[in-house]
Amino acid sequence: MDSKERDSRLRGNYILEIADNSLILGQRLGELCGHGPSLETDIALTNMSLDLLGQVRSYYQYIAQLSGEDKTEDDIAFLRTERQYKNVLLVEQPNTDFGYVITRQYFFDVFHLMLMQQLQHSKDETLSAIAKKAVKEVSYHKRFSGDWIKRLGDGTEESHERVQKAVNDLWPYTNELFEMTPEAKAAVEAGIGVDASQFKETYYKEVSELLKEATLEVPESKYFHKGGKQGIHSEHMGYILADMQYMQRTYPGMKW
Amino acid sequence: MTDSVTHITPKLLNILKTVPDPEIPVLTVVDLGVVREAVVLEDGTVEVKIIPTYSGCPAMDVIGDDIVTAFAKAGMKARVKLMLSPAWSTDMISEEGRIALEKYGIAAPLDATADKAALLGNKKLVKCPQCGSKNTGLVSQFGSTACKAQFKCNDCLEPFDYFKCLK
Repeated sequence: MDSKERDSRLRGNYILEIADNSLILGQRLGELCGHGPSLETDIALTNMSLDLLGQVRSYYQYIAQLSGEDKTEDDIAFLRTERQYKNVLLVEQPNTDFGYVITRQYFFDVFHLMLMQQLQHSKDETLSAIAKKAVKEVSYHKRFSGDWIKRLGDGTEESHERVQKAVNDLWPYTNELFEMTPEAKAAVEAGIGVDASQFKETYYKEVSELLKEATLEVPESKYFHKGGKQGIHSEHMGYILADMQYMQRTYPGMKW
Repeated sequence: MTDSVTHITPKLLNILKTVPDPEIPVLTVVDLGVVREAVVLEDGTVEVKIIPTYSGCPAMDVIGDDIVTAFAKAGMKARVKLMLSPAWSTDMISEEGRIALEKYGIAAPLDATADKAALLGNKKLVKCPQCGSKNTGLVSQFGSTACKAQFKCNDCLEPFDYFKCLK
């Protein structure tokens, strides 16, 4: 492998870490189509799914182009095995109830917006262009999920209790967002990637403030899950992939 | 090229102006601001460069096909390229486009600060396209397409779409 090839592969793997989060969360939100608790929230969640899947297409098209092989965005989305997906464990957690959906979304949105704001300054022009577009979309996502955290937390006794449970259960998945893999470190060094560990403190500060405003308790747990970025996923991931890949594996090469 | 400048050869502009947005048919793709470049290449092919409104906008494929069809009708071969940059913003909607939106019943986007205040429900700034009243309220930040939010008018009681500011 020559150095250019190695550079493309490293870059591709780094982009997968970012893109796979959007794919799996987009798929999770897509599952809610027709099942949202109200028409407005149903539309909002699927709108957000659409934004995420749109971003994924741009990332995957770029990775396919970088690979230099005869690959398409569909190959990357649908024809990988579980261990090859690099998304964090947070985004694959199930749609247990609306409290979980919103908490998962909010925990991700705050991170996602910070990441995209930094990625805009990437030396890689394609990544920078995707991020510039995504920043605008993700700001809307965060506004929506943050509003709902406040509404549920400071709502009825029932909504408060349920969203607090979701916060407690999903909190241990947040730390992984900031884990720096060798690919991410190499990308930072090359000036194309973002050092997420640098805004970790800001992240926890912002999230904690909103939780308090929503009359929720900030969990004190110091135990965190990880593994997603290495392709070691929770038990939920296989089911998502089965659902998502079914058509493409049954009818290979199928197109819209 | 700055973000607001487009390069469209005048004789191609008239053809492009016949192509409506598939989801908001009163708006042409030119008024919407998604066409950034249109030139005739040396071999006679027309090359049109478009940008998406939202990353996942499902209308982009249709817009591409419609542009090719419009040129085919005029006896020209066209090819459409989707670009990622510049990132589309609602500032790229033309003045004619804004008027057409209002006539169609969709409130045109406010500037960024006013938009935020309106979408957070802090201030009543969005004007009802039916009766002109500003006594309106947000129903949902997300609407029937990625680019719109849902509002209702408290005076004439009509629900309506608001084209969200994207900058």
